Amino acid sequence: MIGKKDALSYLKQMMQIRQFEDKIMDLLARNIAEGGSHLYAGEEAVAVGVMAAIRPDDYITSTHRGHGHCIAKGGKLDELMAEILGKRTGCCKGKGGSLHLADVATGNLGANGVVGGGLGIATGAGLSMKMQKTGKVVVCFFGDGATNQGIFHECLNMASVWKLPVLYVCENNHYGMSVSVKRASAVEDLTKKASAYDMPSESADGMDVLAVKEVAGKWAEHARSGKGPVLLEFETYRYYGHSRSDPRAYRTREEEEEWRSRDCIESFWKKMVDAKVLTEQECTGTGSAVTREIDAAVEFAVASPDPDPAELYEDLYA
Amino acid sequence: MPDAKTVAYWQAVNAALAEEMERDPKVFIMGEDVAIYGGAYGVTRGLYERFGGERVRDTAISEAAIVGAGLGAAVTGMRPVVEIMYVDFMSIAMDQLTNQVAKIRYMFGGKIKVPLVIRTEGGAGRTLGAHHSQSLEAWFAHIPGIKVVMPATPADAKGLLKSAIREDNPVVFIEHKMLYNTKGEVPAGDYTVPIGKADVKREGTDLTIVAHSRMVLVALEGAEELAREGSSVEVVDLRTILPLDMDTVLASVGKTHKVMIVHEACKTGGVGGEIGMRIVEGGFDLLDAPIVRVAGADVPMPKSHVLESLAVPSKERIVEAARGMLG
Repeated sequence: MIGKKDALSYLKQMMQIRQFEDKIMDLLARNIAEGGSHLYAGEEAVAVGVMAAIRPDDYITSTHRGHGHCIAKGGKLDELMAEILGKRTGCCKGKGGSLHLADVATGNLGANGVVGGGLGIATGAGLSMKMQKTGKVVVCFFGDGATNQGIFHECLNMASVWKLPVLYVCENNHYGMSVSVKRASAVEDLTKKASAYDMPSESADGMDVLAVKEVAGKWAEHARSGKGPVLLEFETYRYYGHSRSDPRAYRTREEEEEWRSRDCIESFWKKMVDAKVLTEQECTGTGSAVTREIDAAVEFAVASPDPDPAELYEDLYA
Repeated sequence: MPDAKTVAYWQAVNAALAEEMERDPKVFIMGEDVAIYGGAYGVTRGLYERFGGERVRDTAISEAAIVGAGLGAAVTGMRPVVEIMYVDFMSIAMDQLTNQVAKIRYMFGGKIKVPLVIRTEGGAGRTLGAHHSQSLEAWFAHIPGIKVVMPATPADAKGLLKSAIREDNPVVFIEHKMLYNTKGEVPAGDYTVPIGKADVKREGTDLTIVAHSRMVLVALEGAEELAREGSSVEVVDLRTILPLDMDTVLASVGKTHKVMIVHEACKTGGVGGEIGMRIVEGGFDLLDAPIVRVAGADVPMPKSHVLESLAVPSKERIVEAARGMLG
């Protein structure tokens, strides 16, 4: 059983992500945030569990649904919030926004507006880590939809041939945008796709942060020791639609309720209290502290200035 | 100080790669058939034997992964020089190039740099047909965030490739298959040619021809013939397509007041339109005549040598068009 320190850390991070995402939805509804956002609420255990299993200086690539990865990887809430609002104080100076969040300092090679867009970058980073003998691993996050992109196949093949230290982590939330895995993919068991590249694979419950951490940790060491890449599949669920304009007509309310009954925060909270690792007050207190953090981040972001017009052409070239 | 040597264009590229790999252990090559085979056109021959398989990597036939992984390596401390065997295959890697390579730095607020070189080759002349003969620089010229270089001579090829490798920005370096065996003088020792600077390859006073890649050589032949007819033609070799060096072009137009743009790429949507418009914007008052384009035919490259010759600008077409402008 894990200790109090880790338990509080995982609970806090999952709550940060959940409250952050709920807040973004609220800001979008009130037109304080503009544009699009693809929210990670429901999937928190995957990001938190994976990041808990790897080292702070390992790399990740993220997806269009990347706020959770950013937060779990150590991104600062106020800079992330400001970026989503397109402000100059954002982690990408207001140039990237929700879909292209990045925090290179914490090893986050970026969210991506193209499905599968992080696969090439992650694979190359893995090659780079191997060539430079850094001992680091690269975690490549992508969804069930991306496993049908051509680049997925090119990259898994390349990583296997060259035995690159990459964890290909599929967050299977069962839908691309509106098309289910059943309707999009020739195999429903996505781990089967690894066998085409003679790559090991494992699946685990993505609603259980400790299960995610255990599986990710085991395979991170495998990759780190030079044994090659792995395909991991974590089954999870996104509570919100693909984006805010999605009425979710392709899912039943029963299905949504079923997944919510396995909520990763509630279940972890209960597990830790039952095991007497944490008290109810500690859990509630963590939630309140997170709420204050989120509110402060919003205040910071809203008060921050927009980019200066002169910045339009900045940072195009080094 | 050792003298300049006459070398072939392919040798100049090969030497640039070898010298830069020697100079910086972070530089490495990857692509299809670049190692054991030595490159489809032999450009990388000898490098695998000299530097080994870690630094000269044969890949699978996976253009998107080649460019995408090149990007990943470039943003995590390496300086990759990836190869796309034919520019015609760059289409397979276009998402990686346009959405990832070109945009990652800007989207991340400048917190990352991309020291990636994508070498490729294009052009007609070997009757290889539509999938192996294209000139696609106009596609790449339309992508903010990258640079596009197209050397015409061995000296420029070596110097520009060194610059591209040392450059902290992504560079698409487009060689021409018909230039590989052309010879030219190359300075001895280590030297670079600046990206973004055109070069006046021949001075003249009556007409400016703006060209790049193989068409520079064809334009020079045309200028020779026109000289025998008493016309003085200046040939400006763009060398870099993005960013364009309009200062050099406009200085030339300021001298001659007449300009012809020649490119092998098909006319419609080609870079000649961009260059012409920039001449109008920056030098309308300098012009004594409309701008003329001599460009490739708007067709997929046909296989037959008769048709292929018709599909690309020739010395004869350039001379005829020039006579029309000078007449």
